[in-house]
Amino acid sequence: MRNPLILQSAFLQEVGELSRFTARFFRELVKPKQEWEEFINQCFWVGYKTLTLVGITAFIMGLVLTIQSRPTLVEFGAEAMLPAMVAVSLVREIAPVITALICAGKIGSGMGAELGSMRVTEQIDAMEVSGTNPFKYLIVTRVLATTIMVPLLSSVANAISLYGGYLGTNLRGDVSWSLYWFQVFNSLSFGDVVPSLIKTIFFGFAIGIVGCYKGYYSQKGTEGVGRSATTAVIVASLLVFIIDLLVVQITDLLDLT
Amino acid sequence: MQTKDPIVLVEHVNKSFGTNHVLRDFSMAVETGENLVILGKSGSGKSVLIKCIIKLIAADSGKITVLGQDIDALDEDQLNTWRADIGFLFQSNALYDSMTIRENLLFPLRRHWTKEKREKMADQAILEALEDVGLAHTLHMMPAELSGGMRKRVALARALILRPKVILYDEPTTGLDPITGREISQLMIDVQKKYNATSIVISHDLNCINMIANRIIMLIDGKNYASGTFQELEAATDPKIKAFFE
Ligand SMILES: Nc1ncnc2c1ncn2[C@@H]1O[C@H](COP(=O)(O)OP(=O)(O)OP(=O)(O)O)[C@@H](O)[C@H]1O
Ligand SMILES: [Mg+2]
Repeated sequence: MRNPLILQSAFLQEVGELSRFTARFFRELVKPKQEWEEFINQCFWVGYKTLTLVGITAFIMGLVLTIQSRPTLVEFGAEAMLPAMVAVSLVREIAPVITALICAGKIGSGMGAELGSMRVTEQIDAMEVSGTNPFKYLIVTRVLATTIMVPLLSSVANAISLYGGYLGTNLRGDVSWSLYWFQVFNSLSFGDVVPSLIKTIFFGFAIGIVGCYKGYYSQKGTEGVGRSATTAVIVASLLVFIIDLLVVQITDLLDLT
Repeated sequence: MQTKDPIVLVEHVNKSFGTNHVLRDFSMAVETGENLVILGKSGSGKSVLIKCIIKLIAADSGKITVLGQDIDALDEDQLNTWRADIGFLFQSNALYDSMTIRENLLFPLRRHWTKEKREKMADQAILEALEDVGLAHTLHMMPAELSGGMRKRVALARALILRPKVILYDEPTTGLDPITGREISQLMIDVQKKYNATSIVISHDLNCINMIANRIIMLIDGKNYASGTFQELEAATDPKIKAFFE
């Protein structure tokens, strides 16, 4: 067991480094000459690597949540509320968080490992020697890509999970396609959709920043690359929950719902 | 050791990592067109020295002037422009392993050539650079598909594609068989003749050194310990120098 004081100061140091990295991201972001080609590439990669998994998971979540909520609602005689209740839980919480966790797992670790191995094999130095700013080329593009793609993926997850909810409702009950969607949209308000969307933007940003930070400052050696990938996943997932907690507090305070 | 108009001038450079004092008051001057070899034990700071010269690593103190430019005075934009005139061959090759050989060679051009120039001339330049190292057929392969020696040659082609005035080679022949090693050394000599480039070469390979070096600098204890031609240093009586030539 290590001295808790040392652990604590290591944690604080890490937070400080990560904040510095984030500040540098914004500084480099506003410098001229954006790397659009690499940015489009990265957006494509984020989507390509996670879309199937996000889709399947969202569908199952929608289906299972509906099936499991039915008995409780039936007990209170509120079966007709099923689409509305499911829609609110899926859109406000489940779809965004599941999407973010999948992206943290696949994209965060992928970026940690990729940039880590580029660091270790001096490819990042080689870019610098070639007159390309590696931070701008590698980091800014990747962070922007996750910031844009996680909300998009989350919207796709919303739609698919709601479709799962539709199937779940009709396993035992009988709600027509149009009635189901009418009830869904009727129950969702501005205060459900917008904070949820904003939250996913922060999720995406956090996943990109953490994955890139861990990879960019990877320790020498292949062991360092592995560690970059794993810690990227752990820290990014943790940040997703912390952001989730903060956003719910803020929306609550502003009384948006 | 002040010489007239050196193309690379290193003055009193110090560099340490924590308590590890790697370069201690290191100075040297390199003339235009020279093939200078830096010789030193593993871990003596040779790679650190040439990384300081291209400003991948910032020296703690001292002054480095390359192509008449004090490198500390350059801002980011000037630094990137200045780097077009300097080629760097990494000890580990540092090929981009997610890109094809063609894209690897295209990368240095993206910053230094305009879009029009790239569209018109890049393919020709890439092919020429690959032909120079005898690997034109690898154009569309990935680095992982090449052998170690081939990767070294591709890395060499990438370092030379912008026709730099100064070329820094970090152990260009280490880990290669003697024949390939000689080929690479010959290539370096040809390049130097063809473009009148200046080379700074880190090497332990006595064959390579004997072939290419106009002058050798011994990096011992973080200092410019001795310098001279191969013959002069080979005949030295100092045991620290002698050890390298046995
Ligand atoms: N980025 C770094 N951080 C900390 N220490 C470093 C770093 N780079 C180099 N060093 C240290 O500097 C010293 C010199 O390293 P360098 O790579 O220059 O050796 P070298 O002379 O090139 O050796 P070799 O012939 O094995 O390549 C070593 O002790 C190394 O541990
Ligand atoms: Mg070295």
